[in-house]
Amino acid sequence: MSTLAIDKAGPTRKVKYGSMSRDRAWALRWSYFFLILFAAFSLIPPLYMLITSLKSSAEIGAATNPWWVFHPTLSNYVELLTSDQFLRFFWNSTVVSIVVVIVTMLISVPAAFALARMKFWGSATLATGVFLTYLIPDSLLFIPLFKMLAVFQDLTGITLLNRWYVLIFIYPTLTVPFCTWIMIGYFASIPKELDEAAIIDGASWLQTLTRIFIPVALPGLIAATIFAFTVSWAQFLYPLVLTTSVDQLVLPVGITTTLIKGDVFNWGQIMTGALLGAAPPLIIYAFLMDYYIAGLTAGATKG
Amino acid sequence: MAEVNLRKVVKRYDDVEAVRGIDLDIADHEFVVLVGPSGCGKSTTLRMIAGLEDISDGDIMIGGDVVNDVPPKDRDIAMVFQNYALYPHMTVAENMSFGLRLKRYPKAEIKARIDEAARMLDIEELIDRKPKQLSGGQRQRVAMGRAIVRNPKVFLFDEPLSNLDAKLRVQMRIEIKKVHQKVRTTTVYVTHDQVEAMTLADRVVVMNKGRIEQIGTPNELYHKPATRFVAAFIGSPAMNFLPCQLEETAGRLHVRLTEQIAFPLPPARAARYQNAKSDQKLLLGLRPEHITEARAHAEPGVEAFDAMLDVTEPMGMETLIYFTLAGKQVCGRVNPNAGAHDGEALRLAVDLNNMHLLNEATGAVI
Repeated sequence: MSTLAIDKAGPTRKVKYGSMSRDRAWALRWSYFFLILFAAFSLIPPLYMLITSLKSSAEIGAATNPWWVFHPTLSNYVELLTSDQFLRFFWNSTVVSIVVVIVTMLISVPAAFALARMKFWGSATLATGVFLTYLIPDSLLFIPLFKMLAVFQDLTGITLLNRWYVLIFIYPTLTVPFCTWIMIGYFASIPKELDEAAIIDGASWLQTLTRIFIPVALPGLIAATIFAFTVSWAQFLYPLVLTTSVDQLVLPVGITTTLIKGDVFNWGQIMTGALLGAAPPLIIYAFLMDYYIAGLTAGATKG
Repeated sequence: MAEVNLRKVVKRYDDVEAVRGIDLDIADHEFVVLVGPSGCGKSTTLRMIAGLEDISDGDIMIGGDVVNDVPPKDRDIAMVFQNYALYPHMTVAENMSFGLRLKRYPKAEIKARIDEAARMLDIEELIDRKPKQLSGGQRQRVAMGRAIVRNPKVFLFDEPLSNLDAKLRVQMRIEIKKVHQKVRTTTVYVTHDQVEAMTLADRVVVMNKGRIEQIGTPNELYHKPATRFVAAFIGSPAMNFLPCQLEETAGRLHVRLTEQIAFPLPPARAARYQNAKSDQKLLLGLRPEHITEARAHAEPGVEAFDAMLDVTEPMGMETLIYFTLAGKQVCGRVNPNAGAHDGEALRLAVDLNNMHLLNEATGAVI
């Protein structure tokens, strides 16, 4: 009886051998198609910038093939790198970004540790609250922030508006919530027994954080660091609103405000400045890419 | 070195009582195993001794001092976790020395202790590796090494062998026993595996639903279980329980299983069960090894009967047989040469000298 039933339930359609590899081949073809499309989409603009940065103003204005450099010149680079103004922007950006990264890490790592591990009353609500603040766009906040700084100046006489270092106080409102959130996720993926073992071994909370959690969560920490650096390096709206004098500007605002004179666009220098400005994050990414990816995909698989 | 005492220890989570008032005295140098099904409160009890969980009520004493509010690091205990909990970024040596380094022990002393522990656990050549590069058994050794170098008053083991495969588990069980024989530190060991409990323990504490069912040596628990839970939990294959009645026939007390089958009780047992005669709901408890093939000559207290075997399981050194008696499936152990075959009849014998009689309502062994 039962054997008959099994026979009838046997394969009725032709078995396709090697279908696994055929599926895989098609999947690969589609992958390549979309990856190349995506790579072209994101790489052509920087390539165009590079080409333009190597041209003189005359050649940019000439009606030649815009994708080819007929008389390559480094004059744009030389002019920018010898200009005190541009170097000042670069310096401002560097100092602001580095200090913001340090401040962000000093706040968000202990905060994330407390929210992830020390179960206290309201810790879950607080963790959600931290993330919610990240959802409020800066375009909603810049006017109230400006007003607050103006009132602060009236009350205390301390001028923060139109000072580059005001950004050190403002940028962490963007970086701290997100970095805290990343680190909460990363710390939460560390097994509970690890801190229990550390506690039994005699470590205090601070020692557990510094000697166990930070080394174990290093990929996440680096991901958060890169994020904080990129956000502060590329932030445009706040410095545009909060700083105006030329010597107080950071790179993104400096390039657009000083290299565009009225309706005259100095394209060669704008492209050069943008490329030079994009270099530091690129270099950092290149070195820490693996860590960054590991940090963003933390907890996806059991390590 | 110290004794551990628990006095009416309670653990409440909101309105759920995980541990419901436990009294336990663990002597110096003793190896005590807490065993029970999952959710019985054994791990919670261990974690309360460690100080990783607050206690809701009662007292815990280590070395005579009440430690209810003492933080884990000041309790002088060491713990081995189920998933080893090795620090992944440290080498074996660094893992083992972490606690000592925090306490600022001199370097030479730390090195001496690590060397000794590594020698004891046979992990000397692994000392510079990271946990990632170790197998499960090696990680378990390192976790034990980390506990040993601390030279604590009490070792706490939380299901340390559950993550290992069966063969390695047997090997590590022996290792743990050897280590205890050498360092003689008071040990509390939690497991859900009754074989582990029986083989390792000086005394076993059987827990169920937040309470202690019975405390005793492995042999006491096996041969003199106090409750049906302990009788059923300890031993593999498990004890058989058959509904039965006591009746007096021809001046002798008999235990009646079915209309046809009733066995006369041995005199010692008859005297013990005299008072239970009036109870209606009784259970006969028989371990599989006390149901064997019938021998040629009669022995006192051993009664023969015929059974139709449902299934036989040859194990090599013995054959497990399963048959139906009084509506229940019963397991017995017979000699592999006894001629037991699936679906065939076999003459069996029950050893009533080793029987247990239980009150079905209370679960108590009479």
